Amino acid sequence: MFGDYSLGDLGSIFVMQGFAGLILFSVYVLMALGLAIIFGQMGVINMAHGEFMILGAYVTWMTSNLFQVYLPSLFSGYFFLAMILAFLASGALGMLVEWVLIRHLYKRPLDTLLATWGLSLMLQQAYRSVFGAREVGVELPQWMLGSLHVTDSIEVPINGVFVMCLTVLITIAVAYVLYMSRWGRQVRAVVQNRIMAGAVGINTEKVDRYTFGLGCGIAGVAGSAFTMIGSTGPTSGQLYIVDTFLVVVFGGAASLLGTIASAFSISQTQSTLEFFMSGSMAKVLTLLAVVGILMLRPQGLFALKVRK
Amino acid sequence: MIINSRFFNRSELMGFIALAAVLLVILPLTLDVFRLNLVAKYLTYAFVALGLVLCWGYGGILSLGQGVFFGLGGYCMAMFLKLEASSVENTKIQSTPGIPDFMDWNQITALPFFWQPFHSLTFTILAIILVPGIFALIIGTAMFKRRVGGTYFAIITQAVAAILTILIVGQQGYTGGINGMTDLRTLKGWDIRPDHAKVILYFVEVVLLFACIGIAQFIRLTKLGRILVAMREQEDRVRFSGYSVANFKIFAFCMAAIFAAIGGAMFALNVGFMSPSFVGIVPSIEMVIYTAVGGRMSIFGAIWGAILVNFAKTSLSESFPQLWLFGLGALFIAVVLAFPNGLSGLWADYVQPHIDRLFASRKAKSGWNGNSVADGAPAE
Repeated sequence: MFGDYSLGDLGSIFVMQGFAGLILFSVYVLMALGLAIIFGQMGVINMAHGEFMILGAYVTWMTSNLFQVYLPSLFSGYFFLAMILAFLASGALGMLVEWVLIRHLYKRPLDTLLATWGLSLMLQQAYRSVFGAREVGVELPQWMLGSLHVTDSIEVPINGVFVMCLTVLITIAVAYVLYMSRWGRQVRAVVQNRIMAGAVGINTEKVDRYTFGLGCGIAGVAGSAFTMIGSTGPTSGQLYIVDTFLVVVFGGAASLLGTIASAFSISQTQSTLEFFMSGSMAKVLTLLAVVGILMLRPQGLFALKVRK
Repeated sequence: MIINSRFFNRSELMGFIALAAVLLVILPLTLDVFRLNLVAKYLTYAFVALGLVLCWGYGGILSLGQGVFFGLGGYCMAMFLKLEASSVENTKIQSTPGIPDFMDWNQITALPFFWQPFHSLTFTILAIILVPGIFALIIGTAMFKRRVGGTYFAIITQAVAAILTILIVGQQGYTGGINGMTDLRTLKGWDIRPDHAKVILYFVEVVLLFACIGIAQFIRLTKLGRILVAMREQEDRVRFSGYSVANFKIFAFCMAAIFAAIGGAMFALNVGFMSPSFVGIVPSIEMVIYTAVGGRMSIFGAIWGAILVNFAKTSLSESFPQLWLFGLGALFIAVVLAFPNGLSGLWADYVQPHIDRLFASRKAKSGWNGNSVADGAPAE
């Protein structure tokens, strides 16, 4: 199958395909980071994660429209404000949901799955009622359009590079918050031993609420970043949810490093396979491989050794 | 907990009679054929709900992939019906007559090898039971032998549902793609489309459903059923008592898969088509909610749940399409937060005691003091 290509062509194809894989990787990491906090740290199955992402996307869309109408001179920088707003909106909704729904269900993880699925249906219908059933696309500022020409045959889209940089920044921020900050230590203490953490004076309810809010907020930022790549509709969130859960589970639920490693291996497998066969078959084979490996190694790639 | 030696205790017998009366007498007499066919469609989900009572309610294993088994059963049936509908004279306008129309559209000129055995009805019926059964056996063995359960199992079954959907949609030439298998006409030469056939199929389905209820009730009453409950409550203690926990879980999961597949096969017969939209994640989770609404611990509750939620879905989404998703979402949340044992839990907690009191006072008047409260209490 390589006969038709020269060696140089093949090289460029692999670089381009690898780069497409890297963009997919960023997307997966962005989606999975929030879930890794909520599922990995808190043990809550949040099926509405996709809808929190879509909320971020809609916030971004609204911000870009506002800038277009009222502040056209600042339009090139609207995205940075939109991301902050998306984080706040999704995070606030997340904290509300935690207070109304999730806090009653910490001991019943499978029931959080049903309840958050119900929540996701309601959010979808709310988006449809408020924003309409049609997909909306964000208009990109001028500097994000086009692509970088690395060599004659290799070119990479600028918005993809932007999403990748964003992913790196957010990952570093999350790692810092969880592993370096005082608050992150409290989160991990509560996860490991809730009763003991409460006994030494940590307000576990507050920590739970903010952790859930943080996870949802990151989902919002992810949704915001997605508007750079594709369009947003009321049901777009559902498309991502299985992939996201597989990324988190495959990596080993409570490990941030595992999440990144599994996002990398899944995205690279898929984008490499896509070169040889149709996209749907590549997806099937990738998912099959992930499920197969999970059956051999149920704890995921990077399992934390914790006594239970 | 009182173990009753009779097959049904009194409240279950009442449930059985009520269900039989509604399905066999009241509905066929009051509904027109179109509505009756809709009920038949709802009942196909009752099979799935029945399986979920065994595997989720009793076994404690939440499978989010029942759509996979529903789909496998449905597709096996649809393949047989499709082959029969694609006889040489029916398809003579195609470039290659004698193969299903969607294969012709996708430039496939010969019947693929895995389609060949579906010319035989016997093979098809065996396949409806064995294909999902063996598939569930493989997944169950791989998962439960390694003690994977709970949330991880739910997520993996969900991934399997996603895989199968993508596969069916992607392999258009072999499966009919996103449109599925349409235009199913006859079963062994008997036309399944006219009204009288729909009525007959409805009764066949109800009889099959009662057969499956009997099997489920039998499993529940034997020692097997009690081990399943014990396992759900204290898995380690059952393991330490020397039982192979994994094997019991695999059994419950396989039974659930087979029930779902029978439902799927009846769906293909009743509705006249099968498509990937009944396989994926969304329908799979909806199947779980039917069980949850009816009561995950109650065989009859789950069946009522499947009928009522589907009925509500049809009537609400016809008249208020916007309200329906809000209503369904709220239903999910309400079931989890407010009544985790579903409608049957409400019945057992609020209605049953009044009925029992009524009976008890009558019996007390006639001088007989029966042990009816304990008898009517829920099994757990």
